[in-house]
Amino acid sequence: MTFTTYTRYELLRTFRNRRFLVFAFGFPLVLYILIAAPNRHTHNLGSSGLSAPVYFMVGLLTFGTMNAMLSAGARIAAERSVGWNRQLRITPLSPRTYFRTKVLTGYAMALVTIGLLYAAGFVLGVRLPAGDWFHMTWLILIGLVPFAALGILMGHLLTADSVGPALGGTTAILAFLGGVWFPIGHHGALHEIGEALPSYWLVQAAHVGTGGSGWGAHGWIVLIAWAVGATILARRAYLRDTRRA
Amino acid sequence: MIETLENVTTAAVGVTLHGLTKSFVGEHGTVQAVRGVDVSIDAGETVALLGPNGAGKSTTVDMMLGLLQPDAGSVRLFGGSPREAVASGRVGAMLQTGSLLRDLSVRELITMVASLYPQPLGVDETISLTGIEEIADRMTQKLSGGETQRARFAIALVSNPDLLVLDEPTVAMDVEARRAFWTTMRAFAARGRTVMFATHYLEEADAYADRVVLMANGRVVADGPPTEIKAMVGGRRIRATLPGAHLFELESLPGVTHAEQRGEAVILSCSDSDAAIRALLARFPNASDLEITGAGLEDAFVELTGKEDAE
Repeated sequence: MTFTTYTRYELLRTFRNRRFLVFAFGFPLVLYILIAAPNRHTHNLGSSGLSAPVYFMVGLLTFGTMNAMLSAGARIAAERSVGWNRQLRITPLSPRTYFRTKVLTGYAMALVTIGLLYAAGFVLGVRLPAGDWFHMTWLILIGLVPFAALGILMGHLLTADSVGPALGGTTAILAFLGGVWFPIGHHGALHEIGEALPSYWLVQAAHVGTGGSGWGAHGWIVLIAWAVGATILARRAYLRDTRRA
Repeated sequence: MIETLENVTTAAVGVTLHGLTKSFVGEHGTVQAVRGVDVSIDAGETVALLGPNGAGKSTTVDMMLGLLQPDAGSVRLFGGSPREAVASGRVGAMLQTGSLLRDLSVRELITMVASLYPQPLGVDETISLTGIEEIADRMTQKLSGGETQRARFAIALVSNPDLLVLDEPTVAMDVEARRAFWTTMRAFAARGRTVMFATHYLEEADAYADRVVLMANGRVVADGPPTEIKAMVGGRRIRATLPGAHLFELESLPGVTHAEQRGEAVILSCSDSDAAIRALLARFPNASDLEITGAGLEDAFVELTGKEDAE
């Protein structure tokens, strides 16, 4: 009862913030259309064997969903700036319910982003086997778990005026090192750094749409380590965060 | 309801603050915000925590609610820790600072908060109890300062708490809203609930509390019925130009508690300014430029704490 009512209003207010939605959903979508639409008849991009619409859809899926999950941090920082975290702390709301609601809201944002990009991709001629759509979506959702925790962590550590640049920078660095924008190669220091980041594996998840096979044990280990580590830190940050703004 | 009445008649302990101490490290070194506060509040009592800004009221309230860990001392709410009392939904509070979650109507936000408590008041009941019908369907970010305060009160109240804590609740409210606010608070207290409110207005403490705990400089300097506290800090001051008068003579006048010289003028602190002014004029017909003012709370506190520190 607590969880459903509380979560329902949390979702309602997130999806009511039009300015936030325009940027959160509009940005990846517009970027995708701007890049992919003029090249929609390119069927062998950079001799990769992939069409431009598929290639860029996959790239923006990673970027867009990563942003969607991390944006929880911006919302939390805004709530903290008006002291709402303190108000919540004097209610019986458990940290578990608080986290579940924040994570669920992040996933709702990510799912809308995925849906919009799939739809745009479809319009631009992307056709994949049903099994690939399913497999790709499923892996992306799993790959987003560490980002859910990272968003909450940053929301509780940063202030409303610093969280914007911090999230933007984090996304940019994780996207760059994870190989969202261009492949990071198969050897070398950059590759090793990339493989230790959750964004790299998120890219691998999305690459199922371009014939990739997802990830093996290595990917699972990195993702679980990030998820567990970020969750522990986020929980600690949340519990400590009772000061006056 | 029966349970609550029993609580009142047996005077069960609601709140116990024991030896609470808290320091903050700031730009100008360590500031001792609270220096050993002992207060015990029975269930069903309405207690005002009165003091000037910077007295340590909000720090005390934060420690009471478990938002701040005391350096030393302990807090018990209904025999348990603040965390336990909060988790079981027995505490409702309106903090000093803070606003509302945006992108929800007042009614929606109250409903959202109510869902967190085991036995909340009805949402409509809360709205009518706090008299906020006309803003209930407005978005929280569209409210004025005073309206926000009233909505925040509704949010504290919907929890249907055994202990209601209000930290400077009437700041930003106009006269009308203040009166409505206190009426609601009294009605709620009359249900046998424990209420503790922090304020720096003597009139509020005097009018709405059963008991006043007076704080200054991080300490409790007085604790008693409002009339007693009012007599201590609510005195008036007489200022007069009166060359050549002896302070001890002035201090012996009826109604005068303290006299001091400022150049040609004297300032008399009075417990009864009516008696004092009559006696003053009878004794010193040459006294001129008379002024009677309400003594500022701050001055009264300085005097009280000055004495305390000298002991």
